[in-house]
Amino acid sequence: MDHNNEREYSSWLPFFTLLRKEILRFWRVSTQTLLAPIVTAGLYLFVFGATLGERLSIVEGYSYAQFVIPGLIMMGIINNSFANTSSSLFMSRYLGGIVDLLVTPVSPPQFILAYTLAAMLRGLLVGTVVWLISTVFASLPWESPLLGILMAMLASFMFAQFGLIAAIYAQSFDTISMYTSFLILPLIFLGGVFYPISILPEPWGKFSLLNPLFYLIDGFRHALIGFGDTSYLVSFGFSIVLAIILFVWAAWLIGKGYRLRA
Amino acid sequence: MRLYIRRMDALVIKNLHKSFDGVAAVKGIDFSIRQGEIFGLLGPNGAGKSTTINMIAGVVRLGSGQISAFGYDNQKDYRHTRRMIGVVHQEIVIDNFFTVDQALKLHAGYYGVKDDPVWRQLLIDRLGLEPHLHKVMLKLSGGLKRRFMIAKALIHRPRLLILDEPTAGVDVELRHGLWEFVREINRQGTTILLTTHYLEEAEEMCDRIAIMHHGDLIAMEETHDLVRRLSNRELRIWLVQPLENVPAGLEECRPELKDDGRLLLLNLPKGGEVGQVLSQLCALKLPIRDIETDQSNLEDVFIQLTGLDGGNDGP
Repeated sequence: MDHNNEREYSSWLPFFTLLRKEILRFWRVSTQTLLAPIVTAGLYLFVFGATLGERLSIVEGYSYAQFVIPGLIMMGIINNSFANTSSSLFMSRYLGGIVDLLVTPVSPPQFILAYTLAAMLRGLLVGTVVWLISTVFASLPWESPLLGILMAMLASFMFAQFGLIAAIYAQSFDTISMYTSFLILPLIFLGGVFYPISILPEPWGKFSLLNPLFYLIDGFRHALIGFGDTSYLVSFGFSIVLAIILFVWAAWLIGKGYRLRA
Repeated sequence: MRLYIRRMDALVIKNLHKSFDGVAAVKGIDFSIRQGEIFGLLGPNGAGKSTTINMIAGVVRLGSGQISAFGYDNQKDYRHTRRMIGVVHQEIVIDNFFTVDQALKLHAGYYGVKDDPVWRQLLIDRLGLEPHLHKVMLKLSGGLKRRFMIAKALIHRPRLLILDEPTAGVDVELRHGLWEFVREINRQGTTILLTTHYLEEAEEMCDRIAIMHHGDLIAMEETHDLVRRLSNRELRIWLVQPLENVPAGLEECRPELKDDGRLLLLNLPKGGEVGQVLSQLCALKLPIRDIETDQSNLEDVFIQLTGLDGGNDGP
């Protein structure tokens, strides 16, 4: 047989193939990976937009629906970006399929980039559909659309990295769901999705400033409706620093092959 | 025996070490595999074969030492070496998101090689995967999973194919079919490194054999030479009249009487000629009824070297 040779080789094809595979993976089970989170977010929107939202106003000048929608979009982005990398990589580790990748020329940067971009795509797809549904209940002023998009991308990037890290450290599927139930979900709910932290009595308001998700949610809301508990600069600065820390951590683990290569 | 034109070795391993939690699994082994040969790496479970293979493939990190494939270092130039190597893992690898056809197409891409429909179809045909192309792995039988894994390992047309126990748990007919296919791709220029528990198959398939035991390489040479060098040939002489004592003059052959003196066992010395022993027997005028010879095989050599049963090779 004719063996493969240098001329036929494309150094970025392994990356594009892995990216394609990761996108196909969540697309194939889209009922679970796209439809389910969209339905959940739709229910939140219905409750806080069409029912309670009509009777509540906790920030002057904005309806409650307008206030809560950016947080719900961000929740969809965060949960799904995290779920994509964590479940895909952990399943590969758990079922042994990871060895199929480890023997290929896919480099660690390509590995991280492919998993991250697929997770970002899933998170941003869910976020976009949640936003489209939200237009039925309230329209957002989109004060700084570019900053809003950047914040959404930053959140999806950050939680794609966190998903990779969680998948590497996890010993079982239970551990992955513990990350979601006992870490991400409480941080989202306490990070100001449903209320501005300025209404909290002290010291809870100060404690909320330690929650990294508060900066993502607040920065995104600030960009979309022009109201935030902190300045753009603080939200972006904090989120970028955290994204870099998570990226370096994930890159170090994958570059080293920690728990991937014996 | 084959003749090789001396050229760059397909694989060179130098002073390879690996430990897990302080326990040495591979203890400084050296060997090389010539291009175009079928090389067998044998040994009992826990001998270090799979660890060695996984270090070559990149699944296990090197403890220390050096591995190069076709002149490229497998650490510094890992993208080159991995592209030239195809691996059939011992454990069945399952990805239930994709069908056989989809997985094969994706797999070529992982190696940076565009999908070649002609080559893919050839593999599908030769490995009998056509009726199962649109099934996910979970729906395949054990034998089909093995065949699929071989197709997957060959989809990027590697120059070195590594088969780690490819026929474990596979029925006889399929085993024969797989080995025939391996021979075929070897004839077409692919170098083969294999491990198997079926020693008779290793003896039949491999040009050279290395035997590992407790992380060390305890033997390595041409299969034929290894068997000849280490094997014992036994001459069984059935006598018309029983003997009471072992005849004098045959001490070199470690004679032994059995079956109430009716059977004389002689061990032929290594490199010894049967004709010479027969002349001695004629000179002794023994009443011979029948003569049998028994040549040991690779399994006997394996047992002799490792002290273990080749088919049931202990911990």
